[in-house]
Amino acid sequence: MSGLTQEHAQPSYLDQQGKYKGLLGWIFSTDHKRIALLYLYTIVVFFLVAVVFGLLMRIELFFPGQDIMSPQTYNAMFTVHGVIMIFIIVIPGLSAVFGNFFLPILIGAKDVAFPRLNLLSWWIFLFGAILAVLSQFAGSGAPDTGWTFYVPYSAESDSNVVIALTAAFVLGFSSILTGLNFIVTIHRMRAPGMTWFRMPLFPWSLYATAWIQVLATPIVGITLLMVIAERTLHIGFFDPALGGDPILFQHLFWIYSHPAVYVMILPAMGVVTEIFPTFSQKPVFGYTAIAISSLAIAGVGYFVWGHHMFTSGMSYSARWFFSFLTFIVAVPSAIKVFNWLSTMYKGSIDLKPPLLYAISFIFLFMIGGLTGLVLGSLATNVQVHDTAFVVAHFHYIIFGGMGFGFFAGMHYWFPKMYGRMYNIKLANIAWGILFTGFNFLYFPQFVIGMQGMPRRYFDYLPQFQVGHFISSIGAFILVTGIILMIYNLIRSAHKGEVAPANPWRGSTLEWQISSPPPLENFDEIPVITGKPYQYNTDDLGNE
Amino acid sequence: MENTISHIVHRDDEASKMGMWIFIFTELLLFGGLFLVYAVFRAKYSEDFHIAAMELNAFVGTANTVILLISSMTVAMAITAIQKGDKGLSIKLLAVTLLLATFFMINKYFEWSGKIHHGLYPGSEVMLGLNRGQLLFFGLYYATTGLHALHVFIGMAILAVMLFRIKSGKITQDNFVHLENGGLYWHLVDLIWIFLFPLLYLIT
Repeated sequence: MSGLTQEHAQPSYLDQQGKYKGLLGWIFSTDHKRIALLYLYTIVVFFLVAVVFGLLMRIELFFPGQDIMSPQTYNAMFTVHGVIMIFIIVIPGLSAVFGNFFLPILIGAKDVAFPRLNLLSWWIFLFGAILAVLSQFAGSGAPDTGWTFYVPYSAESDSNVVIALTAAFVLGFSSILTGLNFIVTIHRMRAPGMTWFRMPLFPWSLYATAWIQVLATPIVGITLLMVIAERTLHIGFFDPALGGDPILFQHLFWIYSHPAVYVMILPAMGVVTEIFPTFSQKPVFGYTAIAISSLAIAGVGYFVWGHHMFTSGMSYSARWFFSFLTFIVAVPSAIKVFNWLSTMYKGSIDLKPPLLYAISFIFLFMIGGLTGLVLGSLATNVQVHDTAFVVAHFHYIIFGGMGFGFFAGMHYWFPKMYGRMYNIKLANIAWGILFTGFNFLYFPQFVIGMQGMPRRYFDYLPQFQVGHFISSIGAFILVTGIILMIYNLIRSAHKGEVAPANPWRGSTLEWQISSPPPLENFDEIPVITGKPYQYNTDDLGNE
Repeated sequence: MENTISHIVHRDDEASKMGMWIFIFTELLLFGGLFLVYAVFRAKYSEDFHIAAMELNAFVGTANTVILLISSMTVAMAITAIQKGDKGLSIKLLAVTLLLATFFMINKYFEWSGKIHHGLYPGSEVMLGLNRGQLLFFGLYYATTGLHALHVFIGMAILAVMLFRIKSGKITQDNFVHLENGGLYWHLVDLIWIFLFPLLYLIT
């Protein structure tokens, strides 16, 4: 089937000339690959903005007392950092970038089911992202509620909460449309012969993710609207003075925002599931278990939101129930970890940057996951609730999980997306700096959190000095690693050596077409005859 | 070249309908949040809800329910008409649907303005003087019917576009999935009202 690797049969999607030229040819393109890159560039820009905010917070926390910013500025900083990171980067991140780019290719389709809707999602996303940034500068000052927008404070704060809420609502709408598009794509667009259980595992994780996006996001949408109504029309659903109930807001908020954690992590799990077999040259271990565990995580993940509210006032039986389910949801995650390790076992391991990121994903995700159980237990939760321990935990999950998953995917698929190789040595060095900086930055926060350092405080007692100091040093190391990694990738996109169609000897469909892929991905829709991840050591790509 | 052509005319009605159904689920969940809030406060302030619900005019509510139900029927008939190739009838039935939707909105307008005239609107002196449960009931009344009215407007816009697309020949006997989806959306608007009507007007 070498005929599948057609060079110059069609122009690549990067060179293809449509109705418009230049920039317009990108921002009005309905090609899923171009839309993926639009998302990628938008996300990288906003990521850097939020990283700067994070770094400024760490500089403030270098020493006790006020260093570079006022308490109010600090409140705005962590709110903006959170809103941008959560709603613009980690929730859409993997599915909008790699999902858009590779879902159609992995299932043997020419595009997603609704290409124009896909472009609309990006436009809505861009609009929401601009609103989020606008909320920082326009009107009465940057929002200072934290990304969780807890009432009653979010109903009373004088800052720009309404714009920030609207931004989150708009971004949620974009997320719903992407999810809807992916579900229909997976149902309707799979190549002939690609049954559900012949589908690669990244599409499986996207499928589970898409259902969460579709079914959970509307709840936060209406909740944010209710807070807006509370601020503008004095409707008072959450205002005790008007008979409302603030705890009700917390329930409604976490009914979405806990499943949203799985919107972040599931595609990352999907990405590393693609990477382990390729760099071990071995079929993935426990294909069915991994596929089903994605659905299990998505399903059970709906019913654990209460563990964010153990100290907010809930009946004992409700807390017991939520704690129990929190432990249950750890099971499918653990199943995945065991399967990844078993995939590597006795494989022909090739320690390239994507695998380095994937392995560090497991390491960081395990720390994040196990500390999550500390938070999920009723007794220990009371001790560490709202401390730096929580901050460390979710950064290990979100940044260590989703972030490193994203970097892993970036290094895995970069040759396919741009048709060029990056500097592998430099990528390894950047990974080393990133990984070291990450642990220096967040691990001390577990310790000071245990000792009682509250989260979201701009000042601290002298006994937390050492932990904060190490953490801030770590922030600088981490940022160095990020800059080096991005530099390497940007430079390589222009000047890297030309990449072959299949540089990692991968077996899934994206490696059977040229790099970068032609406009319509496949000249002829492939017919699938077997399971994915079948490695043939002497002649890869042959069925 | 054949591939390029087949790509342009790629059409999958099943996919379009599936997409619409999923979108409808999200709309139901959006309203679901409000229904949840209603359930919580109804349980907490059942006495106040009872008194406040007496204020609403069940006759206007019933009239609007009947109007929406008939409009759902006419939109379904419009789809059948286009399936049978009767373009003119389909256009007429859609026009009737839009007319009924307008009646609904006129009723709603008089209902709301009557309340606002009596000083019953969120944030007003009268509202703040009410019992907390009654205040929340009217808050919910405005939030749910307001959001529903917004959906009526969106539905009307969609159906108007469909009407012009039938006129210009874009929707035809063998390509009517967009009209079908528009009809599905209109049924959703109807369905939500069918839940709002008893919750606000009938259960007292």
